[in-house]
Amino acid sequence: MSAFEATADSAYRTQLAGHEAAGVISKRIIVGYGFWIFLLSDIVMFSALFATYAVLVGETAGGPSGAELFDLRNTAVQTAFLLLSSFTCGLASIGAEARRDTWFYGAMAVTFFLGLAFVGLEAREFMDLVARGAGPTRSAFLSAFFTLVGCHGLHVSIGLLWLLTMMAQVFAKGYRADILRRVLCFSLFWHALDIIWVAVFSMVYLMGVAT
Amino acid sequence: MSQFERQGDSHDDVVPGFDHLEGPDLLKSAGTYLIGLALATLLTAVSFFIARTTLVWQPSIPVALAVLAIAQMGVHLVFFLHITTGPDSTNNVLALAFGVLIVLLIITGSLWIMANLNHNMMPMDQIMQMQR
Repeated sequence: MSAFEATADSAYRTQLAGHEAAGVISKRIIVGYGFWIFLLSDIVMFSALFATYAVLVGETAGGPSGAELFDLRNTAVQTAFLLLSSFTCGLASIGAEARRDTWFYGAMAVTFFLGLAFVGLEAREFMDLVARGAGPTRSAFLSAFFTLVGCHGLHVSIGLLWLLTMMAQVFAKGYRADILRRVLCFSLFWHALDIIWVAVFSMVYLMGVAT
Repeated sequence: MSQFERQGDSHDDVVPGFDHLEGPDLLKSAGTYLIGLALATLLTAVSFFIARTTLVWQPSIPVALAVLAIAQMGVHLVFFLHITTGPDSTNNVLALAFGVLIVLLIITGSLWIMANLNHNMMPMDQIMQMQR
């Protein structure tokens, strides 16, 4: 090895060491960061729907207001289902990291049924409102309500499809690194939906009933 | 550069505390979610209680609900999404700060502008009369 090559090699090693000192960033963290950016953009979109709802909440056009329409017991059960599903989704991601089939499939299945029950309760509430003549066409308040809460319900429904896809992918391809990153993204998505639901039940349902 | 990439790929997905979870680590991770679940349940229960109670001054209820909701979002971020102050999370926190800024601008901006327009608009019956 010539002196020049040795110098170049040691320079390279120093660079490498410096890189490692700064932390070679794993693909997992980069993927999580990218998906986090997407989630934030989704939250920004929801903030526009929240702003619309807050502006229009008083415009009932002589129709029923939130205090007359909302059933807090239903909302409480929905909240419990989604919160528990967030917890079991966390357990499922731990199970995937640990490559334990019972943890992963079991927790994912529980998450799926809790999410399905949430969507079912929301669909029942919407149909009940429409049957009572308080559909989205009744007033600006109800248009904003159905858009905001319906958009969240749509996200949960898409999340349920994604959940089944992840179970199928782990079943078919095993706990591969790229599959595990997808499971990570799914769990981030599911937890973000729960955060948005916190804003929904506080701002729409509880404040609607309190005032 | 390609050497870095190859190196990155061979050591792919190696994050301390996340790979090869076994026994105690597994329970420890589950414990984090359990603490999050307990805190979130507590905050949710208080929110639902406060919304209906007559024990406190009524105009303070929406403010209390907003504070509880923000606290619960914080709990979810830390215990479920793992957005912490750790070195791996710096970029996530910065992105979150930017997201929060945009959300606040959209919501307060919309409410402010629309309240102002509403305040300055002629009452509806007068507009109807002018159109006759």
